[in-house]
Amino acid sequence: MTKMERFSYDNAIVRNFMYATVVWGIIGMLVGLTIALQLVFPVLNFADFATFGRIRPLHTNAVIFAFVGNGMFAGIYYSLQRLCKARMFSDALSSINFWGWQLIILSAVATLPLGITTSKEYAELEWPIDLGITVIWVLFGWNMFGTIIKRREEHLYVAIWFYIATFVTVAVLHLVNSFAIPVTLFKSYSWYAGVQDALVQWWYGHNAVAFFLTTPFLGLMYYFVPKAAMRPVYSYRLSIVHFWALIFLYIWAGPHHLLYTALPDWAQSLGVVFSIMLIAPSWGGMLNGLYTLRGAWDKVQEEPILKFMVVALTSYGMATFEGPLLSLKEVNAIAHFTDWIVAHVHVGGLGWNGFMIFGMLYWLVPRIYATNLYSKPLANAHFWLGTLGIAFYAIPMYWAGFMQSAMWKEFTSEGVLAYPNFLQTVTEMRFLYMLRAFGGFMYLCGAIIMAYNLAKTVAQGSLIANEEAESAPLQVANHTGDHWHRWIERKPIQMMVLSLVVILIGGLVELVPTFLVKSNIPTIESVKPYTSLELEGRDLYIKEGCSNCHTQMVRPFRSETARYGEYSKAGEFVYDHPFLWGSKRTGPDLHRIGGKYGHSWHYRHMLDPELTSPGSIMPKYDWMFERTLDISNTAAKINAMRAIGVPYPEGYENNVEAEMKAQASKIAADIENELKQDGVKVKPDAEIIALIAYLQRLGTDIKIKNE
Amino acid sequence: MLKFIKHHLTNISHVEIYPIISFLIFFVFFAAVIYWVIRSSKEEMDKLANIPFDKK
Repeated sequence: MTKMERFSYDNAIVRNFMYATVVWGIIGMLVGLTIALQLVFPVLNFADFATFGRIRPLHTNAVIFAFVGNGMFAGIYYSLQRLCKARMFSDALSSINFWGWQLIILSAVATLPLGITTSKEYAELEWPIDLGITVIWVLFGWNMFGTIIKRREEHLYVAIWFYIATFVTVAVLHLVNSFAIPVTLFKSYSWYAGVQDALVQWWYGHNAVAFFLTTPFLGLMYYFVPKAAMRPVYSYRLSIVHFWALIFLYIWAGPHHLLYTALPDWAQSLGVVFSIMLIAPSWGGMLNGLYTLRGAWDKVQEEPILKFMVVALTSYGMATFEGPLLSLKEVNAIAHFTDWIVAHVHVGGLGWNGFMIFGMLYWLVPRIYATNLYSKPLANAHFWLGTLGIAFYAIPMYWAGFMQSAMWKEFTSEGVLAYPNFLQTVTEMRFLYMLRAFGGFMYLCGAIIMAYNLAKTVAQGSLIANEEAESAPLQVANHTGDHWHRWIERKPIQMMVLSLVVILIGGLVELVPTFLVKSNIPTIESVKPYTSLELEGRDLYIKEGCSNCHTQMVRPFRSETARYGEYSKAGEFVYDHPFLWGSKRTGPDLHRIGGKYGHSWHYRHMLDPELTSPGSIMPKYDWMFERTLDISNTAAKINAMRAIGVPYPEGYENNVEAEMKAQASKIAADIENELKQDGVKVKPDAEIIALIAYLQRLGTDIKIKNE
Repeated sequence: MLKFIKHHLTNISHVEIYPIISFLIFFVFFAAVIYWVIRSSKEEMDKLANIPFDKK
């Protein structure tokens, strides 16, 4: 008889992460509700730090990294200890992981509203914060592997595989995508330009969905669904196939975000094929979760925890069916850049991630506080508010997506655009945006009810900070003649290396051809680097988050070339560090905006969009008319750009001030001239002039100029 | 547009082998996974599936 070892599980760290996920979840949803309302009532863009362009990234970051991230850590820290029959490797590392992660979130809250952003979606944080993320993530991995190595359970349960894959892949994605050259403490330029930058970004963006929002939650599903249903997973065999198929296939699918763009056809097709194949493992996993409840459906009726999990799995199934569908070129041509995509991600975020976290919290809190849930009826109320909230959110957004697409593409019988004014396709959406905000409000109310319910539960129990447990030590058994996969299963390092190899295959096959093309991207002789004033204007465009609502990618469709002009070419973006193609057209595409209107049009439009476009929902940018353009870093910016391959002539940085002044005064004079009858006085060194310089340059390099 | 990019891709030497390699990696990998899953015993699978539950 082996002697049992006594030890304790650390529940305090689980509690910390649970508190964080609830608090950040509510904040993130509140910001989400605010930006939803801003699209209906533009007056809510009341200050520069609170405009849609600045706080939409705050919403996405808060929800992904703060709400879902802390929820993920809570679930991993709880289940990993139990599955390994061991306390976390180091309490100090657990603590650093917790406080470090909160510090990163706080720095996001502090920087994003100030316009300190890289503009790359879900990777907006500037380089010092990126370094912080790297350190904390590595410490998390260290703590996790330390725990796995000192475990008392021989086999690694499938949930742990998902955690390992999450750790490895997020590390790779973050490092590759965040490659940038710093200019100042709060400003950097992406190492990659144009097409390459877009490909790397969406390889990252897609796989962040895969390995931050999906794989850790599948791990949590494989632990918490069986625990809540009190029966083992439906098919362990299926879970093995699910794991390998999912991590192998997911990494290839990134290019489906860039269909019909200037990305090579080859990479686009590859992305589509793998996206379609992804249905198999995704649905395999979903069915494995749902079938785990076989014979327990009576419990689902009365247990809110299981209700949340069933809706979470169903949403996962819906989103992973829709994803491959959206990757088909024909469907993508309709859905891309519209609110359909917003609906799609919210089915995933609100349904899959949100409901999984809620179900997990309702299960966890009473357990680690050794009590019962304060109120089941309140949990049921939360469930119904949340479910209806998702419906009220998603359905109007699907509707809006179809309407936008139909209106953008409609031609009259005379062969001209039926809605030549883009604004018309925006104002039509107002009611739907209102409904969407209502759905979000319901979902938020549900979360607040949960916070109350959990707080009451906490108050009536007391935390078992160190939960006593005992287990036999790990036996070193003789395994000769075992199946070879057992060998991998028992060894976490082998598991990590193999996972890494599997994801790198997909990553490399996808990225390498495009990087080989780098030297082959047809250079267009007339495409020249931005002038220093335009470059500063471009940085203001990034700072104000314009790319959250405006794309810079005219796709090769008749409806787009008729509306915007010549479609975008890969060679036009070779100096774009970072690329600014955008992913959503709340406003019109801007790639061919240059020269379309006079300077004074932009001047008036930015001061108050309703002056030129009555009914516009764009914020006013009046502060840009007062603020003097900061040119203290212009020379450093030019040097940084040159270092990453933009061919500015040597010494160019020494003359930027004079050059900027000349270009700015010309624009200012033009505006004063055009607005002569109004007696407008233009401040030539205001930020707005730089922005106008950039906007007027956009897409003009390949235009035939009348001279 | 896509045609003219594809033309440049064909300039990568042996680009046609890319899809073939991709397919082979994919196929071999999944054949191996399926093989081991089918070969594994029922008792072993049940044992693994029960890891989350404390054995008393």
